[in-house]
Amino acid sequence: MKPARVLIVDDSSVMRKIVGRSLRQAGLEIVELLEASNGSEALSLAKENPLDLILSDINMPVMDGLEFVRQLRCIESAKHIPVIMITTEAGEAHVVEALSLGASGYIRKPFTPEQIKERVISLVGG
Amino acid sequence: MDKTLKAGPARVQIHLSARAAGADSRPTEKVSGAAQPTSHDGWREELAQATREVFEIMLGTSLGSPNEGSPHFVADFAAMVGIAGSLCGLVGLHTSSECARRMAATMLGTEELGGSEDAQDAFGEVCNMIAGSFKGRIAGLADGCALSVPTVIFGRDFTLFSLAKGEHYQVTFSFEGKPFSVTLDLHN
Repeated sequence: MKPARVLIVDDSSVMRKIVGRSLRQAGLEIVELLEASNGSEALSLAKENPLDLILSDINMPVMDGLEFVRQLRCIESAKHIPVIMITTEAGEAHVVEALSLGASGYIRKPFTPEQIKERVISLVGG
Repeated sequence: MDKTLKAGPARVQIHLSARAAGADSRPTEKVSGAAQPTSHDGWREELAQATREVFEIMLGTSLGSPNEGSPHFVADFAAMVGIAGSLCGLVGLHTSSECARRMAATMLGTEELGGSEDAQDAFGEVCNMIAGSFKGRIAGLADGCALSVPTVIFGRDFTLFSLAKGEHYQVTFSFEGKPFSVTLDLHN
């Protein structure tokens, strides 16, 4: 996989660390890893930094992941960035809503590094 | 009836006002909502399965069968995730601070026990994933309910009192020799 600049969005710092570790275990070379604890922080970072991939939780305070994706897709410089939702909300309606708002993929918590790898390869390139 | 989840020798007491429903109980009340199952038989096992799945995948730990009998340990760490929608209730995770710190260290892949901040964070996430896995296992709940952001309470002097007054399910496991409980309290 080509080196990537990644943003991980989750209100849990432990989950951000685990997702970052899983990405590395999946073989992704991360040249820059940014973290945000909610959608609002993530929007600011996405506006200011060139990114290759975003992984975002849904249930977060301040701004949830769905609203984050909706607003991200309205930003010209960031609307092309692939966004994978990683969340416990795995109902079909949540998946459909996330994808309709512009999410590129969906991973349910708990997740394995293999699941991360499978999704990331298809978006970032193998 | 009132159910005291934990009454240890210390001051900690987690007290839930809910009808006890152990493995042998057969709840008869139905929860409203077209997609709801008409019986909650098996929900305790689904709660146990959800817990096993989270620990297997995120902590690399096989929990085995739930411990039988009432747990007797000082639970000074508790995480809660609310369920709202076609079913309303609360999923709780209860253990000692040492066990919570061990869980956090295991999740992070470190040998050293981290600080309480990591333990709170990890413990809340484990509870969140158990709640999500549980509702994904029950027909109609995955799309019919939303989960709250986790809340974590810790310390040696608190009482947790649920107003749910509905069915109560509980499973107790051991993690690295330390007991922990997972509870589900449903609103009537």
